[in-house]
Amino acid sequence: MTIDLVHYLTVSAILFTIGVLGIFLNRRNIIIILMSLELILLSTNINFVAFSSYLHNVQGQIMAMFVLTVAAAEAAVGLAILVTFFRNRGDIAVDDASMMKG
Amino acid sequence: MDFNLALHLGLPETILAVSSLLILVFGAFRGDKGMISVSALCGVALIAAAFAAAFGHQGAAFGGSFIVDGVALFAKVAIYIAAVFIIVLGQGYFDRVGAGRFELPILILLAALGMSLMVSAGDLISLYVGLELQSLALYVLAAFRRDDAKSSEAGLKYFVLGALSSGLLLYGASLVYGFAGSMNFHDIAQSATTNLNVGLIFGLVFVICGLAFKVSAAPFHMWTPDVYEGAPTPIVAFFAGAPKFAAMVLFARVLQTGFAAQADQWRQVVLVLAVLSFVIGALGGLMQKDIKRLLAYSSIANMGYALLAIAAGAVGIPALLIFFVLYMVDTLGLFTVQMALSRKGEPVTRIDSLAGLSKTNMPMTIVLTILCLSVLGMPPFSGFWAKYFVFGAAITSGLWQFAAAGLVASVVAAFYYLRILKLMWFDVPAGDMDKSPLETRWIAYAAAAFSFPVVIVFLVYVYPLAQSAAQGFGS
Repeated sequence: MTIDLVHYLTVSAILFTIGVLGIFLNRRNIIIILMSLELILLSTNINFVAFSSYLHNVQGQIMAMFVLTVAAAEAAVGLAILVTFFRNRGDIAVDDASMMKG
Repeated sequence: MDFNLALHLGLPETILAVSSLLILVFGAFRGDKGMISVSALCGVALIAAAFAAAFGHQGAAFGGSFIVDGVALFAKVAIYIAAVFIIVLGQGYFDRVGAGRFELPILILLAALGMSLMVSAGDLISLYVGLELQSLALYVLAAFRRDDAKSSEAGLKYFVLGALSSGLLLYGASLVYGFAGSMNFHDIAQSATTNLNVGLIFGLVFVICGLAFKVSAAPFHMWTPDVYEGAPTPIVAFFAGAPKFAAMVLFARVLQTGFAAQADQWRQVVLVLAVLSFVIGALGGLMQKDIKRLLAYSSIANMGYALLAIAAGAVGIPALLIFFVLYMVDTLGLFTVQMALSRKGEPVTRIDSLAGLSKTNMPMTIVLTILCLSVLGMPPFSGFWAKYFVFGAAITSGLWQFAAAGLVASVVAAFYYLRILKLMWFDVPAGDMDKSPLETRWIAYAAAAFSFPVVIVFLVYVYPLAQSAAQGFGS
């Protein structure tokens, strides 16, 4: 069996779905949400690189580099905000983030 | 491509990028004591960039990934000026609450840089990088009061949902790239015309969802009330205006350049988003007790009107530009009034606390009355003109049913503005108000004066400008 474009797209679609479900189904820990966000970004990277190789077009790989950089920055900002949240609440449970409702 | 020409076209962005780095170094040496000078420098950089954009040339650079057309220049000038006002308000506000740090104006500068990249995006790479530069700066700004539980919760919610929407948008972008074979909007348009397939439509839907999150259009609006309630007020005044303007211009560019031939397909989606937004914005606001949450629903409703302008197609673009400038001034004024009012050092957050304001603080009552009448769409105030142009464009392109629905929604929304007026003018005051800080007073007066009568002069001069700016948009 040869591994062609469809297989890569399927893997990335599965990873993307796991990432989105990880955000909505997880009721415990905000760190898990950050991991899910990272999974979403990396699943799109598989798409970009697979398309880039399939189309013989270098733009997809350039985009993958940008996405990696942005993912790193996003993780840094996310963890920083999480630390300020933890300092104020002493907990990072998802259900805890419910001071404001309505 | 001549590199000199590219730098010339990108002059406003170059000014912002270089000055933000230099000012960051300057601020690091001066520390938080130097916040006022850092604010002043950032303000100067933004004004310089606004001049560069106002007298800038039009064209495309970097292989078509950076487009400078009339709409981009118009939006940039508006965004930079809005950012200057936010820096002035933020300087005063954070000084008073004792959370002032020199990074604040620099983050606003970086967010403005991201927004100007968004309005100039000509391909998916610059779209994503601009959007993320803006979003990352805004996440930090939302959580800027580090010792305030509500602010950090607002920052966290905004971060999680914003990052999710960026992820959706990026996944859509990867599908569009793969099935169209190019990142460039023009090439995508060509490929979509000759070979429209399921993958491309899937990608487009994901991109629309991601952008709808960013402009807080219903049903992707859930984060808005929470973030508006928790985040520091000057930052919320920023959120409500400039980033949404940038995202809306980007929205229009993706749809009208990248998918120009599929207008019949995406118009339905955009109209559904628009109707849901103004209905949910109008109904959701009815039950609110918090001023900032009420303004959040009001902004959701206004995004519905802006989406109606996008659905109207090319005739809607000048209406969109004028709508956003008038809307940004109104929201800036409303949030400034909220900042100006406090009782015994505690900010006024609940709507009931406005009771009897006319007996304790007459100037602010008049300002708030003018702004409320304006956002509810009473002629001759600016909010009326904003809606007039949008509904006019919608009717011109045959969407009169949706214009009628928007009119009904704005009548429902009028209820909550009229309730504020009734509370202020006829109810018994709950106690004396503190003296309003100087800069909030003047910005509130200026916003009210703009709402009427300055708006008439403004429209006479700027409406032809917006029309000529919108010429050739999307081609």
